[in-house]
Amino acid sequence: MMPTHHPTSAPLSAHDLELGYGHGNAGRGKSQHSVIEGLNISLPAGQVTAIVGPNGCGKSTLLAGLARLHAPRRGAVHLDGQDIQHIPAKELARRLALLPQETHAPEGLTVAELIRFGRQPHQGFLQQWSREDARVVESALAAANLTALADRTLDAMSGGQRQRAWIAMAIAQQTPLLLLDEPTSALDLGHQLEVFELVRSLAAAGKTVVIVVHDLDSACRFADHLVAMQAGRIIAEGRPKDVVTTALLRELYGIDCTLLSDPVTGSPILANMRRAATPNADNGMQASSQACVSGA
Amino acid sequence: MTRHPRGGSLAPGIINQTPADGAPRGERRRALTVTVMWLIAALALLCLTSLLIGAGEVGPLTSLATLVGHPIGAATGSDEARFVMTELRGPRTLVGLAVGASLGIAGALLQAVARNPLAEPGLLGVSAGSAFAIAVALVLGASAATLRVSVAQLGAVCGCAFVLGASRLNAVGQDPIRLVLTGAVLSGLLGALTSLLLLMDQRAADEIRFWLVGSLAGRRLADLQAILPSLALAATITLTIARPLSALALGERVAVGLGHHPRRVRLLAIAVVAMLVGAATAVAGPIAFVGLVVPFAARAIAGPDIRRTLWLALILGPMVVIAADIVARVVVAPSELSLGVITALIGAPVLIAVVRSRRLPTL
Repeated sequence: MMPTHHPTSAPLSAHDLELGYGHGNAGRGKSQHSVIEGLNISLPAGQVTAIVGPNGCGKSTLLAGLARLHAPRRGAVHLDGQDIQHIPAKELARRLALLPQETHAPEGLTVAELIRFGRQPHQGFLQQWSREDARVVESALAAANLTALADRTLDAMSGGQRQRAWIAMAIAQQTPLLLLDEPTSALDLGHQLEVFELVRSLAAAGKTVVIVVHDLDSACRFADHLVAMQAGRIIAEGRPKDVVTTALLRELYGIDCTLLSDPVTGSPILANMRRAATPNADNGMQASSQACVSGA
Repeated sequence: MTRHPRGGSLAPGIINQTPADGAPRGERRRALTVTVMWLIAALALLCLTSLLIGAGEVGPLTSLATLVGHPIGAATGSDEARFVMTELRGPRTLVGLAVGASLGIAGALLQAVARNPLAEPGLLGVSAGSAFAIAVALVLGASAATLRVSVAQLGAVCGCAFVLGASRLNAVGQDPIRLVLTGAVLSGLLGALTSLLLLMDQRAADEIRFWLVGSLAGRRLADLQAILPSLALAATITLTIARPLSALALGERVAVGLGHHPRRVRLLAIAVVAMLVGAATAVAGPIAFVGLVVPFAARAIAGPDIRRTLWLALILGPMVVIAADIVARVVVAPSELSLGVITALIGAPVLIAVVRSRRLPTL
């Protein structure tokens, strides 16, 4: 089982958050376009929150903002009531772990070596590798069910295994909070399940997990709390069962469908999906794909 | 360098199939320790050889007899041999140690920062920047050895700035080979300007010519003393940034997520590269390829983590430079080849091998 040190109580929230690119470091993009404006969110402690929405709706930007990869133009993100901008980087890395969407590991890096990186926030110049670090790495390996593969190189593993290894690195940071950006998007069904089951076990161990997910069915099935985003705004949030409606799906993705209930788990299932034929929905799609271009 | 979305299928690595892949962790580590022991022994042997062998009349046996203090066979020690070893070969070997370590570490750091296995201070024009700065200083009338070090470091900073600027350009930064071509242009340009300056000033030309080809011949302990402060500072900074640098290999965002400051770390690493390359160039002239060969070999032995690569570079760098220097003394005795020629002979095939491998190793 995962060791948990912090009691979790409404850990991460954002107020009146505005995020965008083309701001701050070295004028990377010219547009002053805001991806997210006036957003408020509060993440339930000890639960899995899934952020869903069409491409370019600002899901990843929001996650990056919550993890302080982007400084907000306006508003603030609070971690346990403290403005995240005022927390030293290293301390933040002991309280919040982030797995970005794009990662890459140098060739020849083994699983155990990767996971050891997760201990860096706990190390200092005079405080090198400790027994505690070794113990945490072992338990992260066990949590991600990778103990037998500890010495395999990442490039010799399946996508799902590799993804679990990256999550294990975040686990080794021993943060009460984990933010995962689309950890399942490039995986096939079986490998997706590997990752989702790992995420569930993290929540079961008391961690708060935020996960950006593409597949709505999986989000409904594995998340306790669903946040639906469209064009930089949150248009619905709550328990998947309560939130997912045909109207929402039309607004989010421009689709019509029949909603069923999973006979075993009770989570919503999308059946008979088709593109909604209204011109409104088409406009919505165009707007969101443009947002995708400028936000990517 | 390849970036892939996590989970995408990846061809297995071509360059770096770690030999101990799959072996238990302890065993892998032990194998590395044994290798390092052997390398240290080999370095010691090379240093000894460097003391004993030269282009001049004092032969190896005479030198050895002088060193151990009693005759070996027909050879007996001599005052001449003692002088040659303490005044010429000894300092030369020590300078070789410092230069080799500097260039090896600088190469490993620059490659990590540029995320490019071909980023080598010599190839990218950092050494040429140093050399040009020194030529300018000489033409302007300078000659002191200590001044030379700071001037060379200033030139190296400019070279580094150019390299980093170039690697920010999209097409150049993404493609390791383009970066090297850009560096070659800079090197060529600075080399031409240096020659032009020397044509205009005969005194400077005389003073600098023996130095400009890259050599350890005639270097004294004073030369070493002049660079020791910068080497010590560079070593200290390197120790503090090794861990964040290793995390940067996992990507900028991951490094931030682990509590590091990528920009600060990169700037410090570049400062160290400039310090080391400037120091090495001030003492030995521009020597290419050491910063390419050494990290390449270090990664092949110890894997991709820069924290290990750096320690190995500290051993392998001096090995390459001292071995090349011995060869330079021996092949055309009683004359000497320039050290730069030998390192180029070793380095060029490695460069070709790296470029030819279908996929450049990711850093």
